[in-house]
Amino acid sequence: MRFMDPDTDIGGPVHKFPVTNHSAIVNARSGDQITRQRALDTILTSYWKPVYKYIRLKWQASNEDAKDLTQGFFANAFEKDHFANYDATKASFQTFLRTCLDGFVANERKAGNRLKRGGGMDHYSLDFAAAEDELAFHAMTSTLNPEDYFHREWVRWMFTLAVDAFRQRCLDSDRSVHFQLFERYDLNDDNTDVSYASLGQEFGLEPATVNNYLAAARRDFRRIVLEKLREITATDEEFRTEARSLLGVDVK
Amino acid sequence: MKWLSDDRLNHLRTLVSEPDFSSTKYTFLKELGRGGMGAVYLAEDRELNRLVAIKVLNTPDITDDLRRRMIREAQIIAGLEHPGIVPVHDVGTLPDGRIFYAMKYVRGSRLDEYATQSASVNDRLRKFQAVCDAVAFAHAHGVIHRDLKPQNIMIGSFGEVLVLDWGVAKVVDERGSIRVSPRSSASNQTMDGTVIGTRDYMSPEQARGDVEQIDERSDVYSLGAVLRFLLTDKPTKTAKAICSKAMAHAPESRYASASELSADIARLLDSEPVSAYRENAFEKVSRWVAKNRFLVLLILAYLLMRIILIFTSRP
Repeated sequence: MRFMDPDTDIGGPVHKFPVTNHSAIVNARSGDQITRQRALDTILTSYWKPVYKYIRLKWQASNEDAKDLTQGFFANAFEKDHFANYDATKASFQTFLRTCLDGFVANERKAGNRLKRGGGMDHYSLDFAAAEDELAFHAMTSTLNPEDYFHREWVRWMFTLAVDAFRQRCLDSDRSVHFQLFERYDLNDDNTDVSYASLGQEFGLEPATVNNYLAAARRDFRRIVLEKLREITATDEEFRTEARSLLGVDVK
Repeated sequence: MKWLSDDRLNHLRTLVSEPDFSSTKYTFLKELGRGGMGAVYLAEDRELNRLVAIKVLNTPDITDDLRRRMIREAQIIAGLEHPGIVPVHDVGTLPDGRIFYAMKYVRGSRLDEYATQSASVNDRLRKFQAVCDAVAFAHAHGVIHRDLKPQNIMIGSFGEVLVLDWGVAKVVDERGSIRVSPRSSASNQTMDGTVIGTRDYMSPEQARGDVEQIDERSDVYSLGAVLRFLLTDKPTKTAKAICSKAMAHAPESRYASASELSADIARLLDSEPVSAYRENAFEKVSRWVAKNRFLVLLILAYLLMRIILIFTSRP
């Protein structure tokens, strides 16, 4: 049996953090309409899927109701500028958003599901079918409570978005081989037979080159994940906390 | 968009958490371990063509001033040349701002793993004494470890004992006051209230975050906790007394130094009276008999022969 290491702790008050420059949460309050709209799009892109799954799981909403509630939640929040009320000193944006969501769904339920598709609200083009497929795959086996489930699905979605962004950047910069190697070695579930040597043979590269390409790909991917994280956190303190949570041992 | 399974998600998270050594002379090989303050990785030093262990601290947000102080402290720790102290080869900053230390890669087993093997009590005590000696050497150079625990002690392939992870150590100046340590500076600019260490092995003053009270005796407390860990199987009264003295709540009731603790362990190994325990007459005799077993047997044999001779030589 291996020992569970008692962890060294470090405590005490946390000191100041540098200022975040590229936060969609901050820009959501911008007076500039274009900046604000771009920030709201980023928030929607980053959160709609975990929001949808959370509504399905915690609120036991049907597929159609969850779609309407997801659309309605974001439309309502953007229209009434709810995200401008976010105070980074009180909670993480993720927690704030989830709390707003719970309040919204509870109110909608109380009001008798008055939200219906196309009921005067903005309508966003979101791939609910894909989210539904994913739910069917893993939600039923999840032992997490709804809050931890929301966090885990947010992490999963953030990484998915990062993979997508990485793919696009590789294509744009004529480095598609980097992405293909990364996809084969790091993204595929069934990669037990894949080695640097076998990839080298397949792509006509030396194993050492495969190693170098993969190292570069992972480095770029890491950068993109952190960029994404920075984009959807309000302060550097929150960024750091979320980064620690992401880079820690277990995802909740 | 490809959906990520739990397995792939965890894999990607591990990838992201791996340090980016691209700006250094090291090549990442694998993770060796992870704790609350950072992770240790196996890496290859490409210039010297050797393996090193690199500890990366979880502190991406330090100022230039703190970084300079941390590096100065690392230089002091790197100056601790002792066979029981793992050498620090290098210190630097990763592109994400995290500080790293490159240390000698030690092959062997950790003290907690070693203790589960069939090591005798005396073997354990000898290893522990070597730990005390290494720590005493550091104290003599004004360095306090602050995170002594079995997981930070390695038994090398040839039985050598090495104390690892001096990344949380602090340096005390000539007047006895604390200078900023690598870890405290990284985590907390004021140091007040900083809690550093591992709960089970941490002195009360460390647990309180009472930085001004932390000195050599805080390490003595942790050494006592390590000794207690090593002697979990029926420790003798004397060994228990040594543990209790080392782990006394008040620092002034503990051994004043790791050397004093080491000396008591040496006396225990030599069946001499130890400073931590006052023996009664019976225990004194028992210990003397245990220590001089051969002499006692000789005397008994001599007396037996005399008795036999007395009886056999009677007419």
